[in-house]
Amino acid sequence: MDQISLQQQEQGTSLWKDAWIKLSKNYLALFGLGILALLCVISILTPWIAPYGYEEQNLMLGATAPSLEHWLGTDIFGRDMLTRIMYGGRVSLTVGFIATAVALIIGVLWGAIAGFVGGRVDAVMMRIVDIMYALPFMIFIVLLMVVFGRNILLLFLAIGAVEWLTMARIVRSQVMSLRKQEFVEAAHSLGLSQWTIIRRHIIPNTLGPVIVYTTLTIPSVMLLEAFLSFLGLGIQPPQSSWGLLINYGVETMEEYPWLLIFPGITLSLTLFALNFLGDGLRDALDPRTSKD
Amino acid sequence: MALLEVNGLTLYFHSRNGVVKAVDDVSFSVDAGETLAIVGESGSGKSVTCYSLLDLLPKPPAKIEAGTALFDGIDLLSCDAAQMRRFRSNDIAMIFQDPMTSLNPFISIGEQLIEPLIYNEDKSRRQSRSDARLRAIELLDEVGIADAEQRFNCFPHEFSGGMRQRVMIAMALINEPRLLICDEPTTALDVTIQAQILALIKTLQQKRDVAVIFISHDLGVVAGIADKVMVMCEGTVREANDTESIFYRSEDDYTKKLLAAIPEGAKSMPNRAQADSPLITVRDLKTYFHDYSTTIAGHIKAVDGVSLEIQRGEILGLVGESGSGKSTLGRSILQLAPITAGSIHFKGVELNKLSPAKLVPWRRKMQMIFQDPYASLNPRMTVHQTLAEPLLYHGLANPKNIDQQVQQLMDDVGLARNSLRKYPHEFSGGQRQRIAIGRAIATKPELIIADEPVSALDVTIQAQILDLILNLVEKHNLTMMFISHDLSVVRYISDRVMVMNKGVIIETADTEVLWADPKQQYSKDLLAAIPLADPRSERLRASTA
Repeated sequence: MDQISLQQQEQGTSLWKDAWIKLSKNYLALFGLGILALLCVISILTPWIAPYGYEEQNLMLGATAPSLEHWLGTDIFGRDMLTRIMYGGRVSLTVGFIATAVALIIGVLWGAIAGFVGGRVDAVMMRIVDIMYALPFMIFIVLLMVVFGRNILLLFLAIGAVEWLTMARIVRSQVMSLRKQEFVEAAHSLGLSQWTIIRRHIIPNTLGPVIVYTTLTIPSVMLLEAFLSFLGLGIQPPQSSWGLLINYGVETMEEYPWLLIFPGITLSLTLFALNFLGDGLRDALDPRTSKD
Repeated sequence: MALLEVNGLTLYFHSRNGVVKAVDDVSFSVDAGETLAIVGESGSGKSVTCYSLLDLLPKPPAKIEAGTALFDGIDLLSCDAAQMRRFRSNDIAMIFQDPMTSLNPFISIGEQLIEPLIYNEDKSRRQSRSDARLRAIELLDEVGIADAEQRFNCFPHEFSGGMRQRVMIAMALINEPRLLICDEPTTALDVTIQAQILALIKTLQQKRDVAVIFISHDLGVVAGIADKVMVMCEGTVREANDTESIFYRSEDDYTKKLLAAIPEGAKSMPNRAQADSPLITVRDLKTYFHDYSTTIAGHIKAVDGVSLEIQRGEILGLVGESGSGKSTLGRSILQLAPITAGSIHFKGVELNKLSPAKLVPWRRKMQMIFQDPYASLNPRMTVHQTLAEPLLYHGLANPKNIDQQVQQLMDDVGLARNSLRKYPHEFSGGQRQRIAIGRAIATKPELIIADEPVSALDVTIQAQILDLILNLVEKHNLTMMFISHDLSVVRYISDRVMVMNKGVIIETADTEVLWADPKQQYSKDLLAAIPLADPRSERLRASTA
């Protein structure tokens, strides 16, 4: 009953509603959001709109520079680069968002609970984080792959399960300074439950650094996927991802620069969009920045 | 010609949100051996005025629009950086408000003291390390630090707040400045320490014949120390005159308002305490904290065996200096700090025996008002959310009538209903404290513990909040424990007062009985240290001391 009524109350005017109003006035952030939305839509529609099939080879053609038939050129097997980048986006964006979401959820909750409860609980939880840090993450992922078999969804989870560690530490240090603040003590004295305090008073106040770190995590996750795929642990050719395309592009950089340039531009564009959106969100979610 | 002559100083802040006229056509002068007090509330421009003299403001956004500040005939506002550094190192020194943050914690105080001597801007005035050391020890001795030679190598954290402020004063005086600017040097200190520091500044000034500019928000503090007073408000000078004229024959409405706002005298409302009907009874309460500063496992005995009763309808004042355990006592009673021993009975129920879940319905009945109105409100919740949360959580309102109930609370604490959708940062300190008070009374509590609720506020706002609290106590039939380091405030609001020191209760008495006849030496010292907003009685006190 309590929970429901609190939520209904929140609909009146909430942080998120105000944030959206502010975000909609921040053109740079809207631009970032637009770019990301466009990339997502293209990725979803790729199987229907891609000009070629992703494994359609034309060995006779070989690597050709951009032309009218192949807007972004072809790779050494004569595969259309535009098609491969579009298909690569499906993998990269999914990895980026799912793995980051996993990292975000585990990291924020873990850090918030450790920091808020403190004492022995904090010590145990943070030692677990330290142990995970110390384990070479490759071994961890290889182990997961061996036990559960190679599976693209598992890959996302495995990357997320590695990336949450730093998030947990950031959130914990934030929470430790927040929990000493008088408004948290006031919440205690109102008799609010621990979980309600974490949810309503602690986590919203950690959003600033969390959002910034999230926008940094998404690209690093995309590159991690490329690295794993390069080692044969991730997706396999002829499937592609932006990270893999860049990796192969680097090898042939001198002869066929467009194999590096176009995937590179796509990834950079995504990063820019993420950063603009992240900064915009951070400001929008902070009521102290002005509304106009 | 006076040592420092400021004429038509005008300084604006140019920010994205427009121009703020921080200092607007301010003129004053101060001569050797003279003390000028600049008094004003926060935002009055009193500190900015003095910071601009030493070029300590970030430019931009600050920009000096007009005016001169002749120090010994040279204009401080237009001299170059090298010249300014010479002034800073040799002629003009500054003492800051917070002695806890104005010393570098990683450098021993001795090293910090001799810095201006061995790195003097003026090469001819530089001294050797050993000479500088001797000079520093001599000065530490003069500002009243015992064993100066041993303490020379100590680090700031090994000193108390008052001792650090003495070190700051020694540091300011080490190059024999001719002008000393003190920016609220005693605001962060306890009342007995404040009296000592004020006396020290006065003695040193007379001995060295320096000019002093003393910035303060508190007219009471400057009564005993200033020769001249300048009252500032919103960047302009409201009144400037000799101290006696300001205090006894003020012409200006704002000065009068400031003087009237100083809490004076006894509580004006009747004592509503019901005899022999204790709402809360504390028996032999002990709250210890682990002391991590020593390697041997030790305890800090924050509260060490306190017993008290608060009668229904009573306002009990709790006074003590910092570290006396008064805040911990308040938090222990409300079960916000885990207690080590003892018992707390609230309406006959022993709170300390209840499990957290069983405690929830009782929490509603006891609320707290905190000191810092900037930290006690969640910055990401609107006023409406802040006030609605306790009501909804405890089922005192439902989503249908919540708006009406929240508006009722806003009326109670004197805030406009149309500001419900605003966030805390959009309010002033006093308004925020009103919101915090609204949150505390939302659950219809019977007991409120107010922990220094007016200490962070300006004097005029302080008076308003005190009256608000008194009215609410009356209207909602509240019982209150009012914790403060400020004895005048406690006298103004309480029926009965407890004096606390080092975790124990020294003395308990009805307010006026205590003021008239304190029994214990500690209470006497405390009462004697209260600065009086009355230059004549201050002078009398100084001559008899």
